[in-house]
This record gives sequence, C-alpha cells and structure tokens, in this order.
Amino acid sequence: MRRYEVVVVLAPTLTEDDVEQSTETFKKAAEEKGAQIAEIEQWGKRKLAYPIKKHTEGIYIILTLEEPSTEAVSELERRFKVSDSVIRFLTVRVDLDLKRAEKFKARRKMKKERSERTRPAKGIKSEKTVTVAAGDEK
Amino acid sequence: MRKQRRYCKFCSDKVDYIDFKDVNILSSFVPEGSKITPSRISGVCSTHQRKLSRAIKRARQVALLPYIPD
Repeated sequence: MRRYEVVVVLAPTLTEDDVEQSTETFKKAAEEKGAQIAEIEQWGKRKLAYPIKKHTEGIYIILTLEEPSTEAVSELERRFKVSDSVIRFLTVRVDLDLKRAEKFKARRKMKKERSERTRPAKGIKSEKTVTVAAGDEK
Repeated sequence: MRKQRRYCKFCSDKVDYIDFKDVNILSSFVPEGSKITPSRISGVCSTHQRKLSRAIKRARQVALLPYIPD
C-alpha cells in the first residue's frame, strides 16, 4: 500500500479562488489516473525560509495520496512543473517509514507485555524456594 | 563543558517517525538556520539522528527551513 505526501508551494500572488481552483484541478488530475486523495491540508500563506523566484511568501498545500499508480504521481509532477503558479513541490513516499514506525511501536508494546508477564512468575518461583527451605528445616 | 547526562529526546518521547513538516521540532536542531546539530552535542541516538537529518533536508527543499543563516 503506497502512500505519498505531496507538498505544493503556490505563488503568494494568487487569490483564494485561484488556490481553490488549482487544488481542484490537481485533485481531478490525480483521480483521473486512479489515485485516491486521502487528505488535503491547507496551511495558507507562510513566510518562506529563503526567497524562491523572488517570492518571500508561499501558499502551502499538502496532499496525501493513497495507493496511486506511478502515472498519477508523474502526471501530477508534470503539471506542477508546467504550472506557473507552483513555485516549489516535493513528493515523498511515506508508507515505508510509517510501516517501520508501526513495527517499532508493536515491538515496544510486546516488550512491555512480556516484562509484565515474567514479573509475577518470578515471584512464584521465589515462594517455592522458600517452601523448600522450610521443608529442610523439618 | 556540559556535565549533564545527555539523552535522546526522541527515544524518551517514543517518536518513531519524524515528520519533515513539523518545523517546531526540527528548528530546535538547526540553530538559527545554520548546520544540523551533531548528535554528540544534542545527544540524539544515531537512529533518530538519521531520521532527523533526512527530515531537516526535506524541510529545506520546500523552504520550511533555511539552507543558510540569515
């Protein structure tokens, strides 16, 4: 199950309607190629850490794609490159890292459970040794 | 001269995935837009340092963090 996060930085000169329109077109383009958009996050205008194409601000949009085909991703990237309003974009595949994170989480949980299970067992063992010692005294 | 015992912040918080969009956490390891703090100073374990540096580099690409100090 592939999962991608796409960060798109749009030029700050766009109006809100323009932003909405372009996100709509991106969404359509992705869905046409068989990708599902799980989430669209709008950060709005943000100051850039360094100027890009003479802009000091950018409008951030984060798309999360669920199980897209490779064509969907390349189509989106092609559109970003062609479009003048997109000043920067970054596509990151996140499913592998998230899977690893799940694994670590599960391992931690298992360790915790194991340590809880072994502790009472140890207590029983020590009781037994005590009874044996008592028997020796007899 | 720090005699305080250092520990990995991410290990103690049980962070498994360092998100490159989380600027607040990342920026604390990039003092004033300069270099990434080495793990021997910040005390981050090597596993998390690798994840952290990747996240910082990604954040730099989308202008969430600067490449050069201003």
